[in-house]
Amino acid sequence: MKKLKSYIKTFLLWELWQGLSITLRNFFRPTTTIQYPEEKTPQSSRFRGLHALRRYPNGEERCIACKLCEAVCPALAITIESDVSDDGTRRTTRYDIDLFKCIYCGFCEEACPVDAIVETRIHEYHMEAPGENIMTKDKLLAIGDKFDNLITKDKAADAKYR
Amino acid sequence: MNINVLIPSIVTNQWNLLPLYLQNLVIITTQILAVTICVILTVAFTTYFERKVIGYMQGRIGPNRVGIKGLGQPFADVIKLLIKEVVIPSRSNRYLFIIAPLLSLIPALATWAVIPLTDGFVIADINAGLLYVLALTSVGVYGVLLAGWATNSKYAFLGAMRCAAQIVAYEIAMGFALVGVLMASGSLNLGDIIASQSGGFSQWFIVPLFPLFMVYFISGVAETNRAPFDVAEGESEIVAGFHVEYSGVAFAVFFLAEYANIILIAALTSIFFLAGWSSPFEGWSFLGEGSFLREPSFFWLAVKICFFIFVFFWIRATFPRYRYDQIMRLGWKIFIPVTIVWIAVEGVMVWMKVGPWSI
Repeated sequence: MKKLKSYIKTFLLWELWQGLSITLRNFFRPTTTIQYPEEKTPQSSRFRGLHALRRYPNGEERCIACKLCEAVCPALAITIESDVSDDGTRRTTRYDIDLFKCIYCGFCEEACPVDAIVETRIHEYHMEAPGENIMTKDKLLAIGDKFDNLITKDKAADAKYR
Repeated sequence: MNINVLIPSIVTNQWNLLPLYLQNLVIITTQILAVTICVILTVAFTTYFERKVIGYMQGRIGPNRVGIKGLGQPFADVIKLLIKEVVIPSRSNRYLFIIAPLLSLIPALATWAVIPLTDGFVIADINAGLLYVLALTSVGVYGVLLAGWATNSKYAFLGAMRCAAQIVAYEIAMGFALVGVLMASGSLNLGDIIASQSGGFSQWFIVPLFPLFMVYFISGVAETNRAPFDVAEGESEIVAGFHVEYSGVAFAVFFLAEYANIILIAALTSIFFLAGWSSPFEGWSFLGEGSFLREPSFFWLAVKICFFIFVFFWIRATFPRYRYDQIMRLGWKIFIPVTIVWIAVEGVMVWMKVGPWSI
């Protein structure tokens, strides 16, 4: 009896009709496409994108060249050289991040004792020439200056969980 | 309105001076060109239609960037393919390599010669129309076979072999399904087949011949190498099957042939089982006297073709690819017995004078 039932089902293409009805139902459902350049998905304040170096409100660099970020970096993307600056403080003379090596894990941000290196929400960037993948200290500071408001706001939103 | 009024008299005079065979030649060439160009344009928009249908079934929206609502997409694709280089592998058979795409396209377009588009419009109104259709759809496989052979690549060769075996298997079931249509209509002429189904939906052959209709349509999907019967291409197994080495225009021609075949199978299915250009509401009085819905017209053929094209894409979006031995099992051990049994049933029905047909 069971066998007969399955035979009838096979010949009526029962399971195939079930499959077709699923796709037909989906055909009339609204689509989930996001039209990317015009529409964007919501972004977390913890988004880990392009890096930036921050300054104190008085304009002094935060980075003290402790090299914790260099040590913690799992991809060895950070290169730091340091020296004593004119005012007698310890400062970096070179702070390079190779974006091709970087895996955007955020460990450098976690390791930093003075919140100098951060990862911003910027993820729409590109390189046009060889060598542009190296983010030098000047470039990182420039990004930090330009997006200061955004970075401060994101840090404040996340502060109570740290 | 008489269109002769619009043509200057000098043109008509010159036209009448032409010998009769030249007049016929001009008329037939114009008809062929018109039908071919329409088919090719339809192919272009069929690719767009396919991407849209499959897109919506997968929760996407498909192409929408080129032109209004993405309607320029097929032309962008064509231009891209035209300016690409045609790479000919050095160890291949050059002559067959070039001729193979044409061999698959020409039969697909030539079959349109016998297809009645409206009541009275058919390029070649021949008596053995059904045989012509069967013959030309079988010739199409040579394009695929030769492409696979001439490429001199293992993947292409495997694709061609699979395609040949599959088409041999399904051709028989398809032919038997058409025997049923032949028995019901009593004619090989496609126009007569449509005429014998006139009289509204209940007279269509899909009603008494439903199993044959299913067999014919599924075999049609297999004949055109569409999913779920696309083992000849089988991206996940043999890269792209018979057209691995084709690029540029040569690939575009294969593409054109595949979609022309889809439209052709859709048109043939609607002619054999859904009465082509006749209206499903023939003889329904409540639709009003002069309603075009009751009149047989090209509109109805177009609607039926579009529906079957949609079903092709619907099937493609739904089912995974058949395993090769399952394809063979389905073709030889299920379809052929089913069609033979139903032909016998039909014979008994004809003998007992049951059913809509009268022979």
